[in-house]
Amino acid sequence: MTVISANNKKPRFLPVLLIGLLLLAPAIVNGGGLEDFQTGLSDNYRTEFNGFVEARGGSRLQTDPNQNDASIGELRMQLDLSSDFDWAILKFKGDLLGDLVTEEAEADLREFNLAFSPLEMMDVKLGRQVLTWGTGDLLFINDLFPKDWESFFIGRDDEYLKAPSDALKTSFFLDAFDLDLVYVPLFNGSVYIDGSRISYWSGMQGGVVGENFIFVDDERNRVFRDDEVHLRLAKNVSGLELGVYAYHGFWKTPEGVLMAGPKLFYPGMAVGGASLRTTMLGGITNLEIGYYDSLDDREGTDPLVRNSELRLLTGFERELARDLTGGFQYYLEYMQDYDEYEQTANPASMKDEFRHLLTVRLTKLLMNQNLRLSLFAYYSPSDEDGYLRPKFNYKVNDQLAIDGGLNWFFGAEEHTFFGQFEDASNIYAGIRWNF
Amino acid sequence: MKNFIPSVIGLTVLLWVAIGGAVEAAPAVDEIINRANLAAYYGGDDGRADVVMTITDSQKRTRTKEFVILRKDLKDGGEQNFYVYFKKPSDVRKMVFMVHKHIDRDDDRWMYLAKLDLVKRIAGSDKRTSFVGSNFFYEDVSGRGVEEDLHELVEETAKEYVLKNTPKNPDEVEFASYTVWIDKQTFLPVKAVYFDREGRKYRIVEALETKMIQGFPTVVKSRVQDLLSGGETVSDFNNVKYNLGLKEKIFTERYLRRPPKEVRK
Repeated sequence: MTVISANNKKPRFLPVLLIGLLLLAPAIVNGGGLEDFQTGLSDNYRTEFNGFVEARGGSRLQTDPNQNDASIGELRMQLDLSSDFDWAILKFKGDLLGDLVTEEAEADLREFNLAFSPLEMMDVKLGRQVLTWGTGDLLFINDLFPKDWESFFIGRDDEYLKAPSDALKTSFFLDAFDLDLVYVPLFNGSVYIDGSRISYWSGMQGGVVGENFIFVDDERNRVFRDDEVHLRLAKNVSGLELGVYAYHGFWKTPEGVLMAGPKLFYPGMAVGGASLRTTMLGGITNLEIGYYDSLDDREGTDPLVRNSELRLLTGFERELARDLTGGFQYYLEYMQDYDEYEQTANPASMKDEFRHLLTVRLTKLLMNQNLRLSLFAYYSPSDEDGYLRPKFNYKVNDQLAIDGGLNWFFGAEEHTFFGQFEDASNIYAGIRWNF
Repeated sequence: MKNFIPSVIGLTVLLWVAIGGAVEAAPAVDEIINRANLAAYYGGDDGRADVVMTITDSQKRTRTKEFVILRKDLKDGGEQNFYVYFKKPSDVRKMVFMVHKHIDRDDDRWMYLAKLDLVKRIAGSDKRTSFVGSNFFYEDVSGRGVEEDLHELVEETAKEYVLKNTPKNPDEVEFASYTVWIDKQTFLPVKAVYFDREGRKYRIVEALETKMIQGFPTVVKSRVQDLLSGGETVSDFNNVKYNLGLKEKIFTERYLRRPPKEVRK
């Protein structure tokens, strides 16, 4: 999520930033001095200073008339500072980014928070933070914290799939269970595919649109009124992990259309769900379920707001051989009030009542675990579409790593979830210096 | 002749004492193994160490991992909890690896990835895979169940018991047998040599330096050599402490997300 989109559309700033980053890189590479500085900070001030400098580039595998051929091109520097005051930990993590595709320079604040324990049985984390819970692998039901799908689809590090929340997280550790309560005073939406970088299916246009048709969304901007509450109860019963979840807020992507404009908006939503995860047959198995109650269209009669849904996923993961892990998941979205939906939906791009999705993950570690080869595949037999993510990551040494991969979308039709992104299929590679 | 009978009795008694004494001097194999298991993996009720692992590959390139390890025994010789907090290299900093070790079933393992705030459950049926890319196996870190092998005392030197260990389920492991040298004084295993199915020696784990710390014999430097690849890993254990009074709750999800002060130094 972009916090300060510095100097939007002012490319003049960009070269300055890029030169700055490039000047910094060799200083870090040659930096015995940097390590001394880090040790000094750590020993004298209990402050850890780390980060990385990264270059990343990628290209579309086919032409999209409405997009740039370059899918990603960026120089990024991340700085990570955390100070331990015994009673609390203050953490700052921010990125400076020169984006050659959008020709923008950005500062992206990933984390800025204070964590402390006011009571023996209570933890608090206040500020900008990345939050995750639930049991799915790259599938989310009860994790309603913001995602950045754009980063995920163009080949940024997995870290960037999770967008931060500006939140107060309070956790209570009781004998009976753990209770997490997350309050977000102002709704944090996901970074969704809006056409600015990746083209998408527009029902209104009856086709795939891109930079020529970027929808404006109606921002939720009333602090304390456009708020979110996330709740989790968790218990570990000798290896069996149980979770109960609740959420009250909004759809994380704009699943509603306001005819005035027209504009997209984020309809109200409440979710209740549960999960379990345990060891089984030498592996890990999980089951998660959630009911998405679309508060602005509970009867399913409003064609401009997404209907309520029941979502379910189950998975199994285990070692198949030494340093080779395999995982499989089944995921279901079941649309409520389908009859009402059918009456108003466009027959050409109508969704199914049941959306089935299968995923497979294979991970192989080689060369003393310094080379990781992985494949993550989504395939929907009902939508007849899918998404393949093969990739590699090689740690050249303790500081330097290179990675690369493909994001390959396919589908029988243009309007399905993955099918609409066919022209966004891309190949990418990156190099990162950690310090 | 008068003195013959008492002499015979005397000799018999002498012999008996001598033999009996010898039997006592070499305790039963099970006892050696159990005491070695306790000495190597269950010192005190809990413990901590700062570990520096230096991994050298066949081309002599080295990589370093630094982490803090916390251990708490729930029962001597039985269930234990481990918490491993990574400090270096920078790309795995703040990652946590947690194990609830069981005797009668597979261990429970978790990994915490700080960048994603993700608590990942790990499938951990094979304990003889590399620990964080080193030549140490998970089992070298948390111990191999004494019930999993048949043990046999093959030699007794002035300082060590030498035992040959043969797996009960040979299909589950990569070795055909291993021989272990156990210090007679401290019962610490000081060396283990692994043999494959062709009888070749292919792996050596040994203690390079031991110390008494708070009355517990402790390995403070150890090495694994992979004779096939030519790679090796040396572990240095610093700031070792026992009986810190670690609470059991440290080994829960709460402290994956919020590292306890015991690892934050």
